[in-house]
Amino acid sequence: MEWIIFVPAAALAVAGGVGVIAARQPVHSAIALLVVLAALAVTYLLLTAQFIAVLQVIIYAGAIVVLFLFVIMLLHARSGEGPIEKLPRQRVAAAVFAALFLAALIAGSVAATGPLALAPEGFGTAQQVGEVLFVTYLLPFELASVILMVGIIAAVVLVKRVPPARGEGR
Amino acid sequence: MISVVLVAAIKSVLVVVMVLAGFAYATLLERRLLARFQLRYGPNRVGPFGLLQPIADGIKLIFKESFMPATADRLVYWLAPAISMVAALFVYAVIPIGPEIRFFGTTVPLYIADVNVGILLVLGASSIGVYGVILGGWSSNNKYALLGCLRSSAQLISYELAIGLAVVSVVLTAGSLSLVDIVNAQQRLWFVALQPVGFLLFFIGALAETNRAPFDLPEAEQELIAGFHTEYGGFKFAMFYVGEYVGIITMSLLVTTLFLGGWHGPLLPGPHWVAIKTFAFVCLFIWIRATMPRVRHDQLMAFGWKVLVPLGLLNVVATAVIVALVGG
Repeated sequence: MEWIIFVPAAALAVAGGVGVIAARQPVHSAIALLVVLAALAVTYLLLTAQFIAVLQVIIYAGAIVVLFLFVIMLLHARSGEGPIEKLPRQRVAAAVFAALFLAALIAGSVAATGPLALAPEGFGTAQQVGEVLFVTYLLPFELASVILMVGIIAAVVLVKRVPPARGEGR
Repeated sequence: MISVVLVAAIKSVLVVVMVLAGFAYATLLERRLLARFQLRYGPNRVGPFGLLQPIADGIKLIFKESFMPATADRLVYWLAPAISMVAALFVYAVIPIGPEIRFFGTTVPLYIADVNVGILLVLGASSIGVYGVILGGWSSNNKYALLGCLRSSAQLISYELAIGLAVVSVVLTAGSLSLVDIVNAQQRLWFVALQPVGFLLFFIGALAETNRAPFDLPEAEQELIAGFHTEYGGFKFAMFYVGEYVGIITMSLLVTTLFLGGWHGPLLPGPHWVAIKTFAFVCLFIWIRATMPRVRHDQLMAFGWKVLVPLGLLNVVATAVIVALVGG
């Protein structure tokens, strides 16, 4: 039964992924990325992870890609086209790592095949995710928030213009 | 299985028809009320009291020539208004307009789906609606449209945060993310009494989210002609308009659901109360448009980030402390 939804969603995700790297214009790539994220949200729903699915839409599709688009439009406002920049030496490395990643994915999914258990009652709801996050894994969660905080402060420091020191001003 | 799908499909069609009719008459209501505020009559010639005006407008827009700027990005230009309209209509899947009713011997709930993460779904759909504006402005390949869409994306992201924080305080008070549970939690006391700050934050955020005066900068006529939809006409323009006016109805419905007790009220049955409260807020939206001058863009951003967001954070912290102390 789930095949009816899974196959189109998965195909859409793959097509969107190809679109991200194949599109000529950065804005089209961003739209393709949006398709990938939306299709992934549908597959999360199929896995009864409704909370994660909605968060995926709000945060990734709703906020992050909007910021991508915003930057693309501001930087290349006239045409929406990026600078043509070839990275010839990285192609081989990229192919090797992509192949390795694919092998790891296939190995992982083969190892995971077996009799499937039904998700327990209430699985994937906001309550369950909250309990796991704030009771079972409280310390790692708080540590992650500290790391994110450091990242935010670093970003602010990096973009801050240092005023010229007194005396040597023009 | 089939019957579940069928019932949901019938309900969806009914809701879409109702919302689109609401949209058509919201445009008439706005024109009539604005005229009254300015001591004019407004459109009153087509049918009694001008009631057939939306139909005449609709026919005109459908039969208009469908033009497109020569340098527009074809695919995105067509996609953008569709995103705008679909995202606006989608939220009605989870907004309840009444409790369960008896209908032909079976109990039918007056909502399409009571999902566990209802309010998050509404926020998600509204954040997808931003793409209609951004992509529409960009794909027209027009400087006014681009400026309009950049303004609006900055504005929508900023004020979404204020709305989100107001919603968090409501969710903390109700103890649930489901819109049906939130309404049921207001049986005795409406949340506007428990969350006055949250209510104000949400309402101001709603004005900005729907691009309404005094926050209608993305389409400020004096500077940007018509903003992001400068290059749109005919039915595609109508789709943007559906997105905008359905957004106003949605926000009014959400204020009703989150803060004014939803379908709870004396004497009249539930759906009537939802309709009355929502109608009052739609009128308030129009009244504010007729009254307030437009703010400057820097004032808008400063107000959003330096006043609304800190206030929202404080409100969330205070709510959390009180809920923890009372033992909700």
